[in-house]
Amino acid sequence: MTDIKAEIDVLPGLDPHAALLEVTDLHVEFRTRYGVSHAVNGANFRLQPGETLAILGESGCGKSVTAQAIMGIIDTPPGYVTQGEVKYRGLDLLKLSEAQRRKVRANRIAMIFQDALSALNPVYTVGFQLGEVFRMHRGLSRQDAKKRAIELLDQVRIPAAKARIGDYPHQFSGGMRQRVMIAMSLALDPEVLIADEPTTALDVTVQAQIMGLLADLQRERNMGLILITHDMGVVADVADRISVMYAGKVVEEAPVYDIYARPAHPYTKALLASIPRLDMKGRELSVIRGLPPALTAIPPGCAFHPRCAYARDVCRADPPPPPYDVAPSRTARCHFWQEVMADE
Amino acid sequence: MSDIEAVTAAEGATGRTPEPGPAAESRRDKPRSLAGDAWIDLRRNKIFWAAAVLVAVLVLMAAVPGVFGAGDPRDCALSRQHAGPSGSAFFGYDFQGCDVYARTIYGARNSILIGLFATLTSGIIALIFGLSAGYFGGWLDALLSRFIDIVLGLPFLLAAIVLARRLSSDPNDSGIWAVTVTLGFLGWTTAARVMRSSVIASKNQDYVAAARMLGAGPARLMMRHIVPNSVAAFIVVLTILLGVNIATEATLSFLGVGLKGDAISWGIMINESSPYVRTAAAPLVWPSVFLALTVLAFIMLGDAVRDAFDPKLR
Repeated sequence: MTDIKAEIDVLPGLDPHAALLEVTDLHVEFRTRYGVSHAVNGANFRLQPGETLAILGESGCGKSVTAQAIMGIIDTPPGYVTQGEVKYRGLDLLKLSEAQRRKVRANRIAMIFQDALSALNPVYTVGFQLGEVFRMHRGLSRQDAKKRAIELLDQVRIPAAKARIGDYPHQFSGGMRQRVMIAMSLALDPEVLIADEPTTALDVTVQAQIMGLLADLQRERNMGLILITHDMGVVADVADRISVMYAGKVVEEAPVYDIYARPAHPYTKALLASIPRLDMKGRELSVIRGLPPALTAIPPGCAFHPRCAYARDVCRADPPPPPYDVAPSRTARCHFWQEVMADE
Repeated sequence: MSDIEAVTAAEGATGRTPEPGPAAESRRDKPRSLAGDAWIDLRRNKIFWAAAVLVAVLVLMAAVPGVFGAGDPRDCALSRQHAGPSGSAFFGYDFQGCDVYARTIYGARNSILIGLFATLTSGIIALIFGLSAGYFGGWLDALLSRFIDIVLGLPFLLAAIVLARRLSSDPNDSGIWAVTVTLGFLGWTTAARVMRSSVIASKNQDYVAAARMLGAGPARLMMRHIVPNSVAAFIVVLTILLGVNIATEATLSFLGVGLKGDAISWGIMINESSPYVRTAAAPLVWPSVFLALTVLAFIMLGDAVRDAFDPKLR
């Protein structure tokens, strides 16, 4: 039953004591006929078991592409990972063969998609799809696979799992569908779970349920969870650490409390300022002026400088700001992070 | 847990059709597959049964024409030219004085064999071309698509005449296989294009990415996830192609490169009797009716099967 897991364990370079997942200087580009789109330009982060890392950023800042690059499901062409490392327990996934990579997927690293309706195959029953994972990876019989599928649906708290196993994805409500998606990605007990905006397609009450479920499952299984979102409210409750991405770069990485108390990057600061607050009711909401840069034409220097209140000449020229160490296990890519933190 | 179950049970009773009784219960316990569910769905579909009965009768006609009480289709006498119905010749006689009913019954074999196998050949070629072009994309797609364009660009009749002639140069050969292969190898292009575009559409769906995320390889992605979601339009094109193939066989036979000698087929009958339609319509009408029924039966069958494989229509 665990032969695939064992096969991964003996892959050369795997070190059980290394960090669970470590992404170093990841670069991804899409070569389209309209030019090269630099979707990810140096993403760095590290994830430990039981830890929740939130990747935060506006639409089009490279969050989802980073997740897809970690999973290895970027379509090539047009997408290419041009630089960097994605290390799972010291093993560089980008250097594995496609066959080895396929074994690591789902067995060690799994992913939840944003829209569960389109992520579930419409022509198969939920039970069949869940069972397929077991039949494919564990060689279970149809009957056994079905039993495991029911157990899993129970674990993600789908009421009357046994009766609903023969239903098709479109017969489930949005929240239930996302639970099925979660069950599917947890089927093979992965150690890393990437959730790509898991609650964006859901309404607020269901969002809270799904986030609660994810947090519980993570605690039970001691998984590393990467939560990709643009919703700072969702992040505050569940995340341990936050990586803020802008134009394909991680501009600030910090423990969740620190970042809310004292952002060290002007972009994070602007994001926090734009959250509607009850005590500011009736007053004008502060916004970040302008748009994120087109990924085909990222400005030189710090990519945020055209929208930044702190921008000076040094920001407008290459090289872009390096990740300054703001505090132990906290970095910010801003030349003037001290100023940003000092301002209230 | 029990109260939650009770709540959902109530929800189920209002939201979905309840299926009470031990029979429904035992069916739910069995692991279900797409094909299994499709079969359950088909069994309840009246159109499917109508089409199935029609197809069964036609296949019987092709296999054992003798049981339909027809006379000898090759017993022709000019003295009976265009005579009305008599005895077992329910449909009367044609220009050559042959029994139209007998010829219609005995013509089923060639027409159905050619129609079915030519369509099957086209279907297989189209599936391979459309699926690989759509799934792999890039230079392979460019290569295969251009090849499809070239085949599509061939003047159909000219190509068919050349191909059928070469395949059956022996005058004693009936020409059935030559015609089947000719039609099969020239008629697959539309189906391949349709398949290619639906494969491209479903390839970019999230469930394909999700299956990859769960470790599925290219073969599983194609057969399990992409093909079932992209065959609907393909099946429709094939059912239409079936009728076209039966009719085109007639054209080829008329031109002298199709069926040879004293071969009987609906297409030949239609062609031979069309000049006399104003004096005697029956020899034209009856084979046409059977041709139309055959095409209709397969179109209905195709529709029913396609619907059964789409769970959203259930």
